[in-house]
Amino acid sequence: MLDWSKDPELSVQHLTMRFGGLTAIGDLSFEAGRKQITALIGPNGAGKTTVFNCITGFYKPTEGKITLHHADGKEFMLERMDDFIITQKAKVARTFQNIRLFSGMTLLENLMVAQHNVLMKASGFTIGGIFGSGKFKRAENEALDRSKYWLDKVNLTSRADDAAGDLPYGAQRRLEIARAMCTSPRLLCLDEPAAGLNPRESDELNKLLLSIRDDHNMAILLIEHDMSVVMGISDHIVVLDYGRKIADGTPNQIKTDPAVIRAYLGVEDDESEVAPLVAEALAKPVKAVKKGARK
Amino acid sequence: MEYFLQQLINGLTLGSIYGLIAIGYTMVYGIIGMINFAHGDVFMVGSVVSFIVILGLGLTGGSGSFSIILALGMVVIIAMLIAAVYNWTIERVAYRPLRGSFRLAPLISAIGMSIVLQEFVRIAQEGRPKPIQPIVTGGYEIMHRAAANGTFVVTISNMQILIIISTIVLMAIFTMIIKRTSLGRAQRACEQDQKMASLLGINVDRTISITFILGACLAAFAGLMFFLLYNVTDFYIGFLAGIKAFTAAVLGGIGSIPGAMLGGMIIGLIEVMWSAYFSVEYKDVAAFTVLVIVLIFMPQGLLGKPEVEKV
Amino acid sequence: MSAAPKDTSMSNEAGKLDTLSLVKDLLFTGLLTLLILTPIVTYKTTMNQGVLVISSRWMLALALTAIVVGARAFLHLFVWHKAPSPKAAAAKPVSTLSVADRYGKYVAPGLLIFALFLPLLAYGSPWGEKRTIDLAIYILTYIMLGWGLNVVVGLAGLLDLGYVAFYAVGAYAYALLSTVYYPLWFGPGIIPWAFYITLPMAGLLAATWGVILGFPVLRLRGDYLAIVTLAFGEIIRLVLINWFSFTNGPQGIIVPKATFFGLPFKDAPGSFSDFFGITYDRIHFYIFLYYLILALALITFFVTNRLRRLPIGRAWEALREDEIACRSLGINTTTTKLTAFAIGAMFGGFAGSFFAARQGFVSPESFVYIESALILAIVVLGGLGSQIGIVFSAIAIMGSFEIFREMNFMKAILPNGTEPIQFRMLAVGLAMVLMMRFRPRGFVTRREPTVFLKEKKSVSGDLVAEGHG
Repeated sequence: MLDWSKDPELSVQHLTMRFGGLTAIGDLSFEAGRKQITALIGPNGAGKTTVFNCITGFYKPTEGKITLHHADGKEFMLERMDDFIITQKAKVARTFQNIRLFSGMTLLENLMVAQHNVLMKASGFTIGGIFGSGKFKRAENEALDRSKYWLDKVNLTSRADDAAGDLPYGAQRRLEIARAMCTSPRLLCLDEPAAGLNPRESDELNKLLLSIRDDHNMAILLIEHDMSVVMGISDHIVVLDYGRKIADGTPNQIKTDPAVIRAYLGVEDDESEVAPLVAEALAKPVKAVKKGARK
Repeated sequence: MEYFLQQLINGLTLGSIYGLIAIGYTMVYGIIGMINFAHGDVFMVGSVVSFIVILGLGLTGGSGSFSIILALGMVVIIAMLIAAVYNWTIERVAYRPLRGSFRLAPLISAIGMSIVLQEFVRIAQEGRPKPIQPIVTGGYEIMHRAAANGTFVVTISNMQILIIISTIVLMAIFTMIIKRTSLGRAQRACEQDQKMASLLGINVDRTISITFILGACLAAFAGLMFFLLYNVTDFYIGFLAGIKAFTAAVLGGIGSIPGAMLGGMIIGLIEVMWSAYFSVEYKDVAAFTVLVIVLIFMPQGLLGKPEVEKV
Repeated sequence: MSAAPKDTSMSNEAGKLDTLSLVKDLLFTGLLTLLILTPIVTYKTTMNQGVLVISSRWMLALALTAIVVGARAFLHLFVWHKAPSPKAAAAKPVSTLSVADRYGKYVAPGLLIFALFLPLLAYGSPWGEKRTIDLAIYILTYIMLGWGLNVVVGLAGLLDLGYVAFYAVGAYAYALLSTVYYPLWFGPGIIPWAFYITLPMAGLLAATWGVILGFPVLRLRGDYLAIVTLAFGEIIRLVLINWFSFTNGPQGIIVPKATFFGLPFKDAPGSFSDFFGITYDRIHFYIFLYYLILALALITFFVTNRLRRLPIGRAWEALREDEIACRSLGINTTTTKLTAFAIGAMFGGFAGSFFAARQGFVSPESFVYIESALILAIVVLGGLGSQIGIVFSAIAIMGSFEIFREMNFMKAILPNGTEPIQFRMLAVGLAMVLMMRFRPRGFVTRREPTVFLKEKKSVSGDLVAEGHG
């Protein structure tokens, strides 16, 4: 049994986000463990993407604290930082529900853009770059190598010089993850990475995410509706409904949690005969996908 | 005090004209989300057409007041008709085929159209300004005070009365159209969601066309009033008046018709007050500065809804 | 004007042409055209000894209507309703692509060689060498401005309608520094060198203005950005007109012309011709100016081309594609936008300085909004983001202005007192509308990637975003 609260990568405390009179998130607290995959699930409109937008700085939360703890002891108060600073300094990367690639640029260019800050510094903020300084050339080669590594990792090397907009949907999802990884993040936030993928693709995605977790020592925060992904790879699941946390635990705990079942099916407590069926439905895909590669 | 009151009247008169043009901007922006950059030039076309008809009719300030009103009625109808034909054609030729193209395409097309209209009128009618003798003359002294350092008079001219009253009447008719008729409903539906509106059987193309026609009618009326107020017109008035009216539309909250009128009044007042109390030379700089400030600091305007960025 | 739209009721069945609906359509077109033309073209008002008189030109209006209706009938009969031959449709894109691929890489060097030898070629020009070189200078100035604006509009995707303001800053920087401040600071001996000292300063000043004006508009997107930049452009012009004590107002400033590194071009001792021992000829000045602007334009080309391959340039393009994604990758979009404004403005400033040194005179009249629109038209017609496309569109637009000037035969059919040259901006406006309609991505639609792994494949224009304004 893993304990995420002992050494969390991310801790969210009393997060509240109001839009006018609407409370999208109410007093939400949870933690995402280091080198763990944390899934954020919940019915549509539960406020999952809003949580992401607060963590990545696209929204400023109304109340609450979001803290990122790097392994070397550095701490970042994300709620006080601008979105791009969060990626730059706190090393949080994200993908989007409706894919946001630079569709007119090639795959390689997409990945190079992701390494902007490193390259910008190496190019002497452009001045050295114009005159072709050696330092910049070295940095650019390193960036190319990293891009190649991630292209390889997501199986897109053969299409490196094609426009990102030309890729099929599943490949675009993978490219977006590769692009996020090129920013060298500590925490990767994925907003429905399996949406629109076929079973084979989502199986590949699982492997990719596990490899990111295990080979790159990353914490992953995941929003997902596809239970085969959620149950198959998550170490820890946080369930939201109407902006509030209703459950928090390991996949096995969540599967049997009555509050979760109620939220998903809207059944009353006394209609408990449905609950086992739901539990079964939630559990089913788990058999299909081999449980996480963690020892 | 008298000076201020006088400027207030002048400002409201000018503001009415800006407001009428601004409605055209705001309606088009509301329905297809683009700035009809050529709208100021449609106003100019309305003004030039009015001028030509007035000259053709041989209308002068010496004509009897009854015949002046009758003739002006005719001028209004002709100017509105022609301006409507222009705006309809512009939409048909330059904007409609670009729906679904990239976002800058209609704007660039509109800039091109604005150049085309200006140059067309300039070539056809020569570039020089066209002055005439005042047609609507006379007015009322509404305040008169003799003081030690001179006499203070506040006047309101018949022309100003005409502009303010006809603007109110036009606004009333217009609001009726938008609020009460099926056309207005269709228009509001298209503003909300074009695809859904067309699924529900609303002819979106026609609704957009009619929006352009209505906007052109108001602009043509404003063009005539502008011409009668200053007794001069030329091919270039559309640019400045258009920008000021656009400012008014944004200030009032783009998409909101009462907002456009309100914004027009405020812009008119700012321009007149600036000229009266600061410097005439910089009155256009003041107008542009207001535009910049409004767009940067309150893009949602006074009566508009704020836009939330979707991530 | 009504010739362009395809009537929807008829285009439903391509290939079939119903006589009745054709006649109806043509009648409608005719009526519409007549309504458009009637007041403004038919009735001409002229000032005759202080009195406006009206005269009618029915024949002209009817002739124009006939032309429009005829053109539409022609399009209906021979273009719109022709079933496209499958063979032609299949073959066409392939052939153009392969031609572009095969010869595309020779275009730029070819143009460069042509440009380098142009003054020699000009001797054979039917227009006389002076006028040819002058035209070339004029075109190169606009190519340079186009390349500068291309950074802002084409790469960063920010629609700037006030670009001419930076051109004005450059021109006035040269004018004021060379006539007032340098003599004050360094004594009058500095004047022949003024251009060379001012050039970097003008660029710097314009870039500073780019940042100053860019800063408040950062939050704006889309059409609002365009309008605010337009307003800034106009504010600068109006201040130049009205700030009499500083800028000499509408009368403008007479400034020293450019010199050959301190050697003026005149028929006097100590001049260029005197120094090199050749007989004075005014053409020397033109040739010198030509190479000067060519050098400036080439610097612009190489610098912007290099920038595109640097992280900053990639960030500009990424910004054009998707601003939110940029922020999610840790890119500071504020500084990225500001650098685009600054770099674009800097080249505008250089060009402005050159303009002043060439004319020997600056006045606010040269920096009107229509100039911004013209430069924008060059960038748009060339293909947003494409540097070679801009060369072609600048040549096409500026060249066509010159052709308008030459079309004296047109005078025979034009109404009295109308010169063909008057139609030039009308043509530019029409070109903008028609390009958006038929080739919205300009002459060069494909985007060249800035880096590649195995093979450089250009990206189809359909995928490239144009930014949000």
